[in-house]
Amino acid sequence: MEMNSSNLWVFIETNEKGQAHNVGLELLNPGHSLSRAQGDEVVAIVIGQHTEAAVASAEAYGSDRIIIVEGEEYARYSTDAFAYAFHALITKYAPTSILIGATDLGRDLAPRLACRLKTGLTADCTELDFDEESGNIAWTRPAFGGNLMARILCPNHRPQIGTVRPAVFKKPEQDTSHKAEIVREEIHFSIENIRTKLIEEILDADNETIDLEGAEIIVSGGRGVGGPDGFKVIQQLADALGGTVGASRVAVDSGWISSAHQVGQTGKTVRPRIYIACGISGAIQHLAAMSSSDTIIAINTDPEAPIFKIADYGIVGDLFKVIPEFIALIDEQILTMAV
Amino acid sequence: MNILICVKQVPDTTEIKVDPVTNTLMRAGVPSIVNPFDACALETAARIKDETPDTKIVIVSMGPEQAKVALTECLAVGADRAYLISGRGFGGSDTLATSYILSCAVRKLEELEGKFDIIFCGKQAIDGDTAQVGPELAEHLGLAQVTCALEAKTNGNTVQVRRKTERGSEILGVEMPCLITMTKTAYEPRYASSRKKREVAKQEIPTLDENSFEIDLTRAGLKGSPTKVKKTFTIPQNSTGVIFHEATERQSTISLFELLVKGNILQLGVRYGNE
Ligand SMILES: Cc1cc2nc3c(=O)[nH]c(=O)nc-3n(C[C@H](O)[C@H](O)[C@H](O)COP(=O)(O)OP(=O)(O)OC[C@H]3O[C@@H](n4cnc5c(N)ncnc54)[C@H](O)[C@@H]3O)c2cc1C
Ligand SMILES: Cc1cc2nc3c(=O)[nH]c(=O)nc-3n(C[C@H](O)[C@H](O)[C@H](O)COP(=O)(O)OP(=O)(O)OC[C@H]3O[C@@H](n4cnc5c(N)ncnc54)[C@H](O)[C@@H]3O)c2cc1C
Repeated sequence: MEMNSSNLWVFIETNEKGQAHNVGLELLNPGHSLSRAQGDEVVAIVIGQHTEAAVASAEAYGSDRIIIVEGEEYARYSTDAFAYAFHALITKYAPTSILIGATDLGRDLAPRLACRLKTGLTADCTELDFDEESGNIAWTRPAFGGNLMARILCPNHRPQIGTVRPAVFKKPEQDTSHKAEIVREEIHFSIENIRTKLIEEILDADNETIDLEGAEIIVSGGRGVGGPDGFKVIQQLADALGGTVGASRVAVDSGWISSAHQVGQTGKTVRPRIYIACGISGAIQHLAAMSSSDTIIAINTDPEAPIFKIADYGIVGDLFKVIPEFIALIDEQILTMAV
Repeated sequence: MNILICVKQVPDTTEIKVDPVTNTLMRAGVPSIVNPFDACALETAARIKDETPDTKIVIVSMGPEQAKVALTECLAVGADRAYLISGRGFGGSDTLATSYILSCAVRKLEELEGKFDIIFCGKQAIDGDTAQVGPELAEHLGLAQVTCALEAKTNGNTVQVRRKTERGSEILGVEMPCLITMTKTAYEPRYASSRKKREVAKQEIPTLDENSFEIDLTRAGLKGSPTKVKKTFTIPQNSTGVIFHEATERQSTISLFELLVKGNILQLGVRYGNE
């Protein structure tokens, strides 16, 4: 059992409070289907100082086994300590496949690890399946700014590793009665040997309250919003719908709204139930990160805007006229229902 | 200070369109540019040089002969020297092989130019889009890495790097030598003067190939690459949506709203019931 080398591992990234990042839990989902295809177990890897919360989540979301590495050197992420611990685990257990969230952390750690193992790494996947013919995972990922999709195999090296975008998969069903086998490993890395030292942390003012990745409804504004005042209108619609405000890179770069709101290749990947794009043209780098939303609604003055090509619903018109009408209709509707 | 910047020449992917009939990339006429994040790295290095004039900036790029155009552009905005890495055995390399070749070239360049205090990469190349070459190069060379940097300033023997995080940013201190990957900076890359452009047009750019430095060629090129691109495809985008374009915005909005409520997409009742 210990040396079973045909396991699929999922890295459970944790935040500063020791809780699991959504993406790790989401990856347990494809992790299950892929490992079932190969008759293997899904093993969650948790590295941190206090891991109870993340371990409880990894268990409830269906891990077969959880390997835990704890230590004060893992209180904050560092490339040196995390790559060391993860590498030591891989050398001991020799898993077949590893899934890692394509977050800033995951994309710092995974290539370092893959290179140390001299194995292949597929970046930023948006689709995973099992290639029956070759017995490999087939990793599908966008390249060329999202214009091109590539299907990639890593046939002759193990482990095969991929980073996967957040919000591509839904979390599995939660089952708090599910039990996983817990394995603790004592692996330590001297804090003095961590070559990057934290000097200061600068938190975005509204970061704590912005949860784009978890939002059910997102109302996003782009260049067409015209300025910071325009975002007040976007906020009003978001408030009326109980949604969260998103933005295009142009809006963020212009300083109209903070970068915590940015949706896109260099921002957050989102998958809400409803995504309303206001004054956003639909550049490929924006679409790449919101096109799997359940329902996409576009409001744009230009009938030729590419956003209409992927929108389920849309209005060709001025957002400053459409949104107030929309809010009025919502208010009216709620009033009628209240009677 | 001795700085090396890894630069990739890339097609301007914001100009690439997908042919709606054949569903393939239309690359013809798409300009080749210096990868935008690499331009940010060059600007960051140039700012270090502004502060510490006794700084040498060396550029290295792996690619075809044509990539010299990108190297010349870098020279025009302030780099001191540039090298092209080009060899028949290097084509088709994935990121592990690319970073391996670059690491062998870096060792050779250090013989020619002296040890590098900082190696800069872009966070990612806008064509391959993997963001893996930087960290993999750092691993091959055994260097400390900082990815996704917004700013980097030197201070004695250390570099202070402001790095983008999910929650904002953090400032890390890291001793030199180290490798830093730059994301889009708040400052724009500087322009080259026409005088400087004329000046560097004649500057020689040496090419290093597989015989110029020590390398295990079984770890390079298509054969030396663990990942294999099995197939590429584009996703056809056909509009099937319901788009309203009525006489007034008011009419369009009413039509849309009715449809959304009828289709149970806007579940206002649910929200109201929860309040
Ligand atoms: C490497 C790279 C990474 C990138 N990453 C991202 C990213 O993460 N996120 C991102 O969004 N972009 C990203 N971009 C930028 C992207 O290419 C586009 O430039 C950007 O998305 C455009 O933003 P926009 O739609 O707001 O602006 P524009 O493209 O200028 O569109 C504005 C739209 O508003 C409409 N409009 C104007 N006035 C009104 C009005 N009154 N009412 C209604 N509509 C109106 C216009 O018709 C137009 O369609 C990236 C680019 C690169 C090269
Ligand atoms: C469609 C497609 C998908 C691919 N997917 C993968 C994949 O998932 N995994 C994988 O391992 N390979 C993949 N590759 C191969 C990969 O694109 C090449 O190895 C490429 O040479 C480097 O990767 P990149 O463009 O993603 O660079 P990135 O890793 O994104 O580049 C980061 C930085 O590294 C430096 N750099 C990168 N290339 C060079 C260079 N040639 N010369 C100098 N500096 C450089 C630059 O500073 C650059 O900003 C793919 C190729 C294609 C065509």
